[in-house]
Amino acid sequence: MAPPLAQSSNPFAMDSDLNDPHSMGTTIIGVTYEGGVVLGADSRTSTGMYVANRASDKITQLTDNIYVCRSGSAADSQIVSDYVRYFLHQHTIQLGQPATVKVAANLLRLFSYQNKNMLQTGLIVGGWDKYEGGQIYSIPLGGTILRQPFTIGGSGSSYLYGFFDQAWKEGMSKDEAEKLVVKAVSLAIARDGASGGVVRTVVINGDGVRRNFYSGDSLPLWHEELEPRNSLLDILSAAAATSPDPMNI
Amino acid sequence: MSSIGTGYDLSVTTFSPDGRVFQIEYAAKAVDNSGTVVGIKCKDGIVLAVEKLIPSKMMLAGSNRRIHAVHRHSGMAVSGLAADGRQIVARAKSEATNYERIYGEPIPVKELADRVASYVHLCTLYWWLRPFGCGIIIGGYDRDGPQLYIVEPSGVSYRYFGAAIGKGRQAAKTEIEKLKLSELTCRQGVIEVAKIIYGVHDEAKDKAFELELSWVCEESNRQHQKVPEDLVEAAKAAAQAALEEMDAD
Repeated sequence: MAPPLAQSSNPFAMDSDLNDPHSMGTTIIGVTYEGGVVLGADSRTSTGMYVANRASDKITQLTDNIYVCRSGSAADSQIVSDYVRYFLHQHTIQLGQPATVKVAANLLRLFSYQNKNMLQTGLIVGGWDKYEGGQIYSIPLGGTILRQPFTIGGSGSSYLYGFFDQAWKEGMSKDEAEKLVVKAVSLAIARDGASGGVVRTVVINGDGVRRNFYSGDSLPLWHEELEPRNSLLDILSAAAATSPDPMNI
Repeated sequence: MSSIGTGYDLSVTTFSPDGRVFQIEYAAKAVDNSGTVVGIKCKDGIVLAVEKLIPSKMMLAGSNRRIHAVHRHSGMAVSGLAADGRQIVARAKSEATNYERIYGEPIPVKELADRVASYVHLCTLYWWLRPFGCGIIIGGYDRDGPQLYIVEPSGVSYRYFGAAIGKGRQAAKTEIEKLKLSELTCRQGVIEVAKIIYGVHDEAKDKAFELELSWVCEESNRQHQKVPEDLVEAAKAAAQAALEEMDAD
């Protein structure tokens, strides 16, 4: 994110945010289960304090069977995904069969590592291939590549480490894994200002790929979150029916 | 198939009126006049064998190897001009390490064969280059199982169950066709292949020869290696015995 302009010494100068580079505060998650993987993400793209896109899709397709969750700079992660999609496509044609998840992850980390001075991307690669089944690879900021049974990323992930330590288990079913991912993203959204909006998931296994969408109001509310209200008028008009004093409901 | 190509055979960039490129055919003759090389695909791996003709008694046994490891999981046996062969092996090794560096996994044998074939073909396209005067048998074990390929001086590459190039290839192919390859283990294959090489060696025309053997199989942990000494000795003994039996008839 660009450093704050002089204007920001005035807390009401919201204009400065509009010119900041788009960053995805983000919560992203990748989880393996018995037979495949589940990828999950929130949908908030922010420029400073302004939410540039409240319904963005951070889970990007690289091939038929491999997707990547993007966090960090929106531009950087998009361009890197585009490059890797291009190379993977050529690779698939040359090989005559679908690319493996490991190859996709390796290409992404070569980009991340070799351009680490210029890029700011945290990526989670997830997919299924016929040799190794479902796999998740984590590629954080510096360009490390690490295969893990599950991994979390983005600013919202700080709030999820303890949760996963307790809630993760080996050999979950598809539904258990997806429920876990949705719960985790919604917990992070509750606590992280840079994450929000809807929860998107992508389930990948030998039978194919399935995208799911969980709207903001279908997610559970956590500790101290307010009940959604449509407008103050509802409260006032409801109150008027019972008591004539609008400020003392 | 030999004919005189007078007038059309001086350059590899000249076609004859009947659509042949004579320089490439002459390059193939260089292969046909050199020591036999045999490769077979057994049920658990590949065996490569070379009839290495020794021009002088002063040569150290085991020097001037004709079988080279290209990568951990694959090897190449060269027949024809040895110096040309060294170039191709160097290129194959470089292709293999390059592939692994970019894609993060060992080069599939099919891809390796394609790349070597492309390289050999390249040298048939320009007037300032001459075609390689060697035939190559590539044997490797990747995640799709053991595979065997031949690359000819023209740049074509085909996959085989059993292959032979060089002087004694006709006789060797006949012998290979008699084998039930899908039932042989590499251990048994080594003995069979030694018998074939000893069988096709022409005592009258050629001087001494050395038998070079290598394999990639389950027993070698899917790594390309020289066949262990004890098995080589056993193979040689069996081959000698088989020869004597034939002579006795």
